Amino acid sequence: MKIYEYQAMALFKEYGIDVVPAELADKPGDAAAIAEKFAGKAVVKAQALTGGRGKAGGIKIVRSPGEAKDAARKILAMDIKGAPVKKVLVAEAIDILEEYYLGITVDRAAKKVVFVLSGSGGVEIEELAKNSPEKIHKIHVNPFDGPDKKRLAAAAAGVFKDSASAEKAVDAMLKMYRLFIEKDCSLLEINPYVKTGSGEFLAADAKINFDDNGVFKHPEVEKLRNPEEYSSQELSARRAGLSFVSMAGNIGCIVNGAGLAMATMDVIKFFGGEAANFLDVGGSSNPAKVLDAVKIILSNKKAKVMLINIFGGITRCDDIANGIVMAKERIGIKLPVIIRLIGTNQEKGREILGKAGFVTAETMTEAVKKAVRAV
Amino acid sequence: MSILVDENTKVLVQGITGRDGSFHAARMLEYGTKVVGGVTPGKGGEKAGALPVFNTVREAVEETKADCSVIYVPARFASSAVKEAIDAGLKLVVCITEGIPVLEMIENYHYAKDNGVRLIGPNCPGVISPGKCKVGIMPGPIHAPGRIGVVSRSGTLTYEVVYNLTVNKFGQSTCIGIGGDAIAGTGFIDLLSMFEGDPGTEAVVLVGEIGGEEEELAADHIRANMKKPVTAFISGRSAPPGKRMGHAGAIISQGKGTAEAKIKAFKDAGVPVADTPDEIPKIVKSYVS
Repeated sequence: MKIYEYQAMALFKEYGIDVVPAELADKPGDAAAIAEKFAGKAVVKAQALTGGRGKAGGIKIVRSPGEAKDAARKILAMDIKGAPVKKVLVAEAIDILEEYYLGITVDRAAKKVVFVLSGSGGVEIEELAKNSPEKIHKIHVNPFDGPDKKRLAAAAAGVFKDSASAEKAVDAMLKMYRLFIEKDCSLLEINPYVKTGSGEFLAADAKINFDDNGVFKHPEVEKLRNPEEYSSQELSARRAGLSFVSMAGNIGCIVNGAGLAMATMDVIKFFGGEAANFLDVGGSSNPAKVLDAVKIILSNKKAKVMLINIFGGITRCDDIANGIVMAKERIGIKLPVIIRLIGTNQEKGREILGKAGFVTAETMTEAVKKAVRAV
Repeated sequence: MSILVDENTKVLVQGITGRDGSFHAARMLEYGTKVVGGVTPGKGGEKAGALPVFNTVREAVEETKADCSVIYVPARFASSAVKEAIDAGLKLVVCITEGIPVLEMIENYHYAKDNGVRLIGPNCPGVISPGKCKVGIMPGPIHAPGRIGVVSRSGTLTYEVVYNLTVNKFGQSTCIGIGGDAIAGTGFIDLLSMFEGDPGTEAVVLVGEIGGEEEELAADHIRANMKKPVTAFISGRSAPPGKRMGHAGAIISQGKGTAEAKIKAFKDAGVPVADTPDEIPKIVKSYVS
């Protein structure tokens, strides 16, 4: 789950991490008023859930409220990676002496939380990792011991110019760690973490991603969710408890199990077709979910065929069949439907489908070929 | 032969009185698994069908001498169920549950490792040695005893692969779903080693997907350590980058974890990669008796 910079900044403040003074605006006039508070010296920053705002011209340094108003007007009219910018963060333009990178994420290979620290702040960390990996310091955390302050201090000493700065950085990192653990984050970044002309250390940017599996534990994190992270179909799918990703093709897919759903899309491509979506209806058995899935497929005008590929393990074929029949009866299905149903309770499921006039395919390859032909 | 579970394995079901626990305990019993009891806190003393229900795993293990547990407990309580099984001395714990937070899984992983416990999953269909023992939710009838080891990150895609093997007369020694999460209790490498050392396994099929580096590490391991032939299938070739494709671990992040990279890693290691699940038996046939 992603949140905007301004939301991450607010969380940082809650955890005692110093941030650049900044306020949110959704109108050019308000941006000007905020810039006024900073004597006109400000940075107007697009709020986006994706990266790339810098390259898109979504960050503008201004020297007067008038410039702030113009910058905000331009930025609020932008789309960044297809998403319209609805808000800007107007931050005080600070005198930046030094820039650092402070981050915390999960190292999947090591199966540990890891601090990432670099003296090269303000640049893309992935580029840095590729081109100058020696500039990146990683400090893994043993899960039952917590962060090793000595190791953090040693790493900071190698990156910061003096011990006072290193100490401040370690303090910030420990506060970041507390936030990371307490809110079940998957990524936490301050890039850049800056030393100002007056010797202060501040977060000049903030990024927090949350572990989707952890959100249920934190209602206050759920409240931060932004619906615009998802397409309207993805939103409907979320509400229905379905896993869904929009794709560019015209074969609507309903599959149980993420691996099988991905493989179905792959096999469609292999036989010359293109999936309209990824949809995993599986997990446990529920005919109502199938009805919801059918509705979502039909809401995509690009879909010309519906392919249903179900291999029942924990999902029961009769439940799926009842869901498909319910969909036919309640909302009608105007597209050609190709169904492949196999596994737990398959005889019952096929019987239910047969009685309702549906034809089933025996194998996945057969079903995919039929679907591609039916387009 | 087989790895992890066989005709002697005695299985406890944690969450036995829940909807999925009770359903699948019955299916496991039908298959011939030695399910010896279940655990639901507060329901100790009751019966689940003919099976005794206990309040704690420790009590259940004492009474039944179980050596394996399968966990059908909701995400909110699954980590404590895993920890309880480990604390009770069980050496094989299979966690079916989807939705366990990553930070909890980091703890579960290390706790199992530090205690010498084989943790399979989470977010997995379980383990089956066909004809001997089914610990999980996979449909029994599609499996057949045989000599192909199957290891997979998927659930239903594993069934698809197994089904194709069975109809082509390639039975399976053991099939393990390692799960779709980013942090798994057991990865490919340990299981590949076990298959390499199992006299009952002649060849291995590995089913991977986008996200992480497990497949690349497995490819290196196969090149360096395995003589038995491996066939791979990687799903997610058509997945868009940056999107979580259902499984928590199935995401192409900053250009890493693509299907292309994994396929290349396997091919470079001399492991053939099937283009579709039904191509797998054709490849297996080319190097197996």
